[in-house]
Amino acid sequence: MTDNYPVAALEARELTCIRDDRALFTDLSFDLGPAQVLLIEGRNGSGKTSLLRILCGIRMPETGSITWNGGNIYRLATGYNASTAYIGHKDGIKLELTAAENLGFARSLGSPSGISLSAALEQMELGGYDDIQAINLSAGQKRRLALARLLVTRSILWILDEPFTSLDTHGIAMVEELITNHLAKGGMLAVTSHHPVRLGNADITRINLSERSA
Amino acid sequence: MTTANLSQAFMILLRRDLTLAYRRRSEMINPLLFFVLVTALFPLGIGADPTLLREVGPGIIWVAALLAALLSLDMIFRSDFDDGSLEQLLLSPHPLSILMIAKVFAHWLITGLPLLVVAPLLGVLLDLPGAAIRTLLVTLALGTPVLSLIGTIGVALTVGLRKGGMILSLLVLPLYIPVLIFAANAVATSGAGLPVEAHLSLLTALLVLAVSLSPAATAAALRISLS
Repeated sequence: MTDNYPVAALEARELTCIRDDRALFTDLSFDLGPAQVLLIEGRNGSGKTSLLRILCGIRMPETGSITWNGGNIYRLATGYNASTAYIGHKDGIKLELTAAENLGFARSLGSPSGISLSAALEQMELGGYDDIQAINLSAGQKRRLALARLLVTRSILWILDEPFTSLDTHGIAMVEELITNHLAKGGMLAVTSHHPVRLGNADITRINLSERSA
Repeated sequence: MTTANLSQAFMILLRRDLTLAYRRRSEMINPLLFFVLVTALFPLGIGADPTLLREVGPGIIWVAALLAALLSLDMIFRSDFDDGSLEQLLLSPHPLSILMIAKVFAHWLITGLPLLVVAPLLGVLLDLPGAAIRTLLVTLALGTPVLSLIGTIGVALTVGLRKGGMILSLLVLPLYIPVLIFAANAVATSGAGLPVEAHLSLLTALLVLAVSLSPAATAAALRISLS
């Protein structure tokens, strides 16, 4: 847990996202560096998820560009994917697989961090659930299992869409600690949340999409 | 990413899909059951005259195999799309087209290979001669992977649509027709004691074409569907 991430920089310039003939946001620019947080706020339907999906490279912005260490993320493609982890609305968990199988699969698909599956499950307080099929887990436990992916893979930029959904106060504190550790190693975070995010004295850039919309 | 990691990701995706298929086996057996039932119903419907059955048998078995393949297509990406696993595949640092080969291969092992296993029995049921049954097996071995590979492109394009089933059939069936023509004709020709090398060469060519083009097309189609 002591090894820091290599220094990286994300730059977004003049992003525009149009959905169903409605401009969700226009001319959105921001920078993100080591140990910085991008907190995206806004009402429902203001484009928070669209912005995160653009940041991951799943969705293309109508105009504008995103660069990672100076290279366009669409050109870097898989090279950019190796540095990012995305947890969306959907957990990305197979209900018929056990917790350990789900996590092992996620690790093989990404860049393994060297933390063992059982240690990651233990840290997310899912120890003892490793051979339980995910269908038997509660919504909060599934969310924690999804977030355990962040531990077993080594990604500089975490892109989290409502990470606190269905977590109890204890679970929220657990995830906030996870994020604080990530930032302490020089990681980056782009996050949307309806809950107030308590990250101590982290360097937070706020973007409110409702105030920006046309 | 090193190649060792890529082959490991390939194997683990293949194993995951096979494990999932095993844990939902009742769902997976449907296409096979459909294949057997349709073929078995034909003698009841058109009469059990052996000469007639021998003549229409190759066509019946191949049409049933094609429809069974079509029936099984939706399950390639449906659950992955619904639970968000597909997004994770898309964001993997491994090349998506290689991962797609693993998905299609797993799908073929689950839905295509069982057809090959029961096909000889259905050949006997329709009174096909031994040579025709052997050719039937070869054409199924060459043809069903093509059906899976082509179908996957269609599914990748339609997975984001709520009611994509109809469009999927319209997209995919025309591309299935060359396989049907050459394969069914090969079986009938060999039943008549004539050489079928030309048919088999064409089917092999279709397979090579599908293997080399389909993964990249599927990857591109998925990116469109998920954006």
